[in-house]
Amino acid sequence: MPVGVEYYVGVSAILFGIGLYGVFIRRSPLIVLLSVELMLNSCNLALIAFSRQAGTQDGQVFALVVMAIAASEVVIGLGLVVAMARRRMELDTDSLTALRD
Amino acid sequence: MSDLIGAGTAETIVFIAATALAIASALGVVLSGNPFRSALWLILNLVSLATFYLLLNADFLAAAQVIVYAGAVMIMFLFVIAYLGGAADEPSRDTPIWQLAAALIAGGALVVEVVLAITSHEFGGAPDVASNFGSAEAVSVPLFGRYLLGFEVASVVLLVAAVGGVVLGARRPAPRGPDEAEPFTEQVKHPEPELQTLVMGAETTFPVHHVPPKEGGG
Repeated sequence: MPVGVEYYVGVSAILFGIGLYGVFIRRSPLIVLLSVELMLNSCNLALIAFSRQAGTQDGQVFALVVMAIAASEVVIGLGLVVAMARRRMELDTDSLTALRD
Repeated sequence: MSDLIGAGTAETIVFIAATALAIASALGVVLSGNPFRSALWLILNLVSLATFYLLLNADFLAAAQVIVYAGAVMIMFLFVIAYLGGAADEPSRDTPIWQLAAALIAGGALVVEVVLAITSHEFGGAPDVASNFGSAEAVSVPLFGRYLLGFEVASVVLLVAAVGGVVLGARRPAPRGPDEAEPFTEQVKHPEPELQTLVMGAETTFPVHHVPPKEGGG
């Protein structure tokens, strides 16, 4: 393994930071969901890199479970977005304030 | 390739290319104005992450990443974006500058934190692993052994998400005004036999509310 695990973790941190930035600045709930996917995948990269470093499969199992959770999250998130669009609500995360007000 | 420049150098080149691709496509996801383009950029990002997984000997996860993620999940995303059409576009308003700054600080702080953490620690070389490390067979041993509970919980979560998706996506009748009559009441209460046969098949020609008489009068 000529490329050390620290480089993989560094890439994973950069991707996570980009995803976090996207969650903060974008207003379309769809793109917020895409950015969350980005963050989940960067965590998967770190898990798999450390799994390789430890020489065990445990981190890969964790990554597999994260994939399942991410798929569930996409289903619920997209279901909410479609339900919002059906009710003719504006797809804008800044206008979704029913729980705050 | 490895004959010419050595396996280690080849791996480094692949790593650098995948890094460039991953970061460029991640920026594409976040900065692209069109949700459809964002989703396509995310597919590229997922594929470059699968390259990393291959470099890390996680063959099965690389395949699962491409098939499940870049295939199934992203297709679902693209379907929803296409279904929403223009409604999916970004609301056209400028982001306040303080929000941009806060987002940059939050994202950047995390990156700096992790970089500091990994540079202050000596990891050393990774151990050599068997050639079947990361194959489906090798991953299945801990998955169905030590982490069986987590696997089962994940399956329940997926089931709940599937039911939730159906509930959220189901069409409900539009809400009625207070003076509007309840639609189809008569038909539901006293269904016409012919109509019911037409709609539901011959087995249900008796009215739905009809209780068959008990056998033998008992």
